Amino acid sequence: MNAVPDNLPGRDVAGLLAEQETKSLLKFLTCGSVDDGKSTLIGRLLYDAKQVFDDQFAAVARDSRRFGTVGEEVDLALLLDGLEAEREQGITIDVAHRYFTTAKRKFIVADTPGHEQYTRNMATGASTSDLAVILVDARAGLVTQTRRHAYIVSTLGIRHVVLAVNKIDLVDFSGERFEEISTAFAAFTRDFGFSSVQAIPVSARYGDNVSARSARIDWYDGPTLIEHLESVDVRSSTAAKPFRMSVQWVNRPNLDFRGFSGTIASGRIRPGEPIVVAKSGKTAKVARIVTYDGDLEEAEAGEAVTLTLDEEIDISRGDLLADPKARPTVDDGFVAKLVWMAEEPLTGGRALLVKCGAKTVAATVAAVRHDIDVESLAERPSRQLALNAVARVELRLAEAIAFDPYDEDRETGAFVLIDRLTNATVAAGMIEAGLGRATNVHRQATKVTREVRASQKGQRPKVVWFTGLSGAGKSTIADLTEQKLVAAGRHTYLLDGDNLRHALNRDLGFSDRDRAENIRRVAEVAKLMADAGLIVLVSFISPFRAERAAARATIGEADFVEVFVDTPLEVCEARDAKGLYARARAGEIANFTGLTSPYEPPERPDLRIEGARVDAEAAAEAVVAAILGASEDWSI
Amino acid sequence: MSVARHTHLKALEAESIRILREVAAEFRNPVMLYSIGKDSAVMLHLAMKAFHPSKPPFPLLHVDTTWKFREMIAFRDETAKRLGLDLLVHVNEDGVKAGVTPFSHGSSAYTHVMKTEGLKQALDKWGFDAAFGGARRDEEKSRAKERIFSFRSASHAWDPKTQRPELWNLWNARVGPGESIRAFPLSNWTELDIWQYIAAEKIPIVPLYFAAERPVVERNGMLIMADDARLELAPGERIETRRIRFRTLGCWPLTGAIESDATTLPEIVREMLIARTSERQGRLIDHDEAGSMEKKKREGYF
Repeated sequence: MNAVPDNLPGRDVAGLLAEQETKSLLKFLTCGSVDDGKSTLIGRLLYDAKQVFDDQFAAVARDSRRFGTVGEEVDLALLLDGLEAEREQGITIDVAHRYFTTAKRKFIVADTPGHEQYTRNMATGASTSDLAVILVDARAGLVTQTRRHAYIVSTLGIRHVVLAVNKIDLVDFSGERFEEISTAFAAFTRDFGFSSVQAIPVSARYGDNVSARSARIDWYDGPTLIEHLESVDVRSSTAAKPFRMSVQWVNRPNLDFRGFSGTIASGRIRPGEPIVVAKSGKTAKVARIVTYDGDLEEAEAGEAVTLTLDEEIDISRGDLLADPKARPTVDDGFVAKLVWMAEEPLTGGRALLVKCGAKTVAATVAAVRHDIDVESLAERPSRQLALNAVARVELRLAEAIAFDPYDEDRETGAFVLIDRLTNATVAAGMIEAGLGRATNVHRQATKVTREVRASQKGQRPKVVWFTGLSGAGKSTIADLTEQKLVAAGRHTYLLDGDNLRHALNRDLGFSDRDRAENIRRVAEVAKLMADAGLIVLVSFISPFRAERAAARATIGEADFVEVFVDTPLEVCEARDAKGLYARARAGEIANFTGLTSPYEPPERPDLRIEGARVDAEAAAEAVVAAILGASEDWSI
Repeated sequence: MSVARHTHLKALEAESIRILREVAAEFRNPVMLYSIGKDSAVMLHLAMKAFHPSKPPFPLLHVDTTWKFREMIAFRDETAKRLGLDLLVHVNEDGVKAGVTPFSHGSSAYTHVMKTEGLKQALDKWGFDAAFGGARRDEEKSRAKERIFSFRSASHAWDPKTQRPELWNLWNARVGPGESIRAFPLSNWTELDIWQYIAAEKIPIVPLYFAAERPVVERNGMLIMADDARLELAPGERIETRRIRFRTLGCWPLTGAIESDATTLPEIVREMLIARTSERQGRLIDHDEAGSMEKKKREGYF
């Protein structure tokens, strides 16, 4: 359906086609409560834009006599109510999409119903729109529905709103009434993050201020509805954001071609630029941007393309490709706002699926944090959600997925919830943040893995952690242990106070806090060395249980061997190989373990050595046996 | 030649490609309903683009009522051959045996048997769980309420009151055994978009869309083309040669022609821009009873 250019016969059609092609597109939705006149308003827009064909108008004129609500006149609302039930009841049940064009723009309108039970349809219309026209009846002013709609529109990320104060003829074209309503609306939506709110007094039925300026509303000097819709700038800068593309389909026509097809969600990409598979951390460079119309030098948000990469990395449908310098969150849980859309309320434990991009994973609602009262915006504690409820919830997923906050990316931050049993779409969701603590830390996957390095060395990496008082014999035993391991063909490294305190940790003292940090660093270094495939011997007093437990957690239970060199304080002090006890007793060393700082012995070490009774040689044998014996795949 | 980047048409194209890929990825056994008309031509062209350099990973299905224009059938076979695609053709043989024709049973019963029932038979026969259709929301009021992924029960019925909400580009592709979806990649295209795209992409279409001298009979205010010998003339009717073309193509006894001199795409677009009637005005089946299209869709029509 198309606007009729006034001077068509005299114009060349090629030029006309070119003009049509350069028009911009505005997607908007209309919402309001029952009888506010949404359908009439859109009918008016279509009629005024000459989008109504003669046969359609004739059908509406016929239907007006049967179903119409405006007496003898043609009821323009009947242009829209497509379902029989709607015409019979004179209401709109379902979202309808309409298309019209003016000299300046093409429009797609989602007409969304105002009935409370069908609010989900409004969220549906809002999800693909850039602007919302919210209607109010000038007689009724703002009602619950208006507030709900403004809130949902804002929640779904719409930043441009028109408040159409309709039926202005029925309040005698009162400027005071218009001011009152628009002021109340502005106050209510102050915190909704709208970048433009335009209030316009209109009469959809008679066409005042829809496309023609009304002489009957001379106190209003703003734009007509069409003028505003034609000129409002709703462009967002999705192409300027970091690159994101969800892989929809792996394109493999033959063994020589492996491409990844999808629509770019945000950002832009060129051949030669790197991408990362968000979840696995694997990276590659884009080799080609393939399309039916030839390879592209660059592609950006909104374009449907097929990417090939410079090397084979594992990618499947649902993987999110991203800019390695600005990666999305990868997490198996997130906090999100939900609009609940099912008749049956949400209760705990329901088996659900999350569909986010091209990825679908099993999920459950772990917690409903609170329900949001859309009138007062108060957050109320809640256990279950009823139809149309808006709530903040925590979702747990069966596996981690990649996403961005909805505020930052309307495409990678949106999801729907599907009931696993009925397959119904039960909620719309907007992600706020991941649940994990390490939300912004991304694992660096490399092709040479820990397993590869370990097998190259023919051994299983371990971290053997010697703890005990100063002078207990830790370093002596650790040193002997390392000699024995190397003699047996193992690859090892010994970390002790001397080689770390003097370099990596030289900024640390002996306060409790510095001791804890010392141990944390040692644990991290030991972990890296174990990743490198080594058997790492750590010889540190490490007096605090909590720190040793943290080290165990860092390194992992399976690879951690705690050896407690249990030598009584008196024996250690008597040995005093470095003269430290004497200096501590003399008050020259503060916070000396065993004297002025506590030592917390391990409760359940993997191995306990009685340092006063067993000699170092025998102790080292025991340690080697404990390490080698503990593992089934030790033998060379 | 193709549509330039950053245009309205390119945005529509990208959306359609996304729909096509999503169905191909999510469903076990999809099929594309190919009705040979201009919308099908565009849909097929988009499928060639969506999966390039692969071929579309699904066959084409034509439900043949045996009353299609001969030029349409020739064009159909030639197109499948040119693109190297599998073409499945199904005819409701029960209907043929029962002698159901547009003339004997009226447009409504005929359409139900030969198109709707024929389609359901075909979907069941091959076990398709998703079927692409070229319907557009701007065509008709009940189609304006159609989803992009439109759920169908195991008996192929559409229930407009329990449609799944459809948010963002996150289409719910979950169906149970026997259930299916109809997917509409051209949902957001208008008639003008289709013609502009055909012109820009040089997509081949059935010659019947272009004006030529053709034999017609005037019946109930419509110009019906005498495509073969099965046309029986009523008293007072006579076949005459007029310069005509079609805005939309279906079964020849049910599709009205318009008198026209438009022999090129720009001329077609010019005619359409000044048209005062909608394209479906030429389709008898939309008008045979109130809420006609909705009723057919509920029963399983596309």
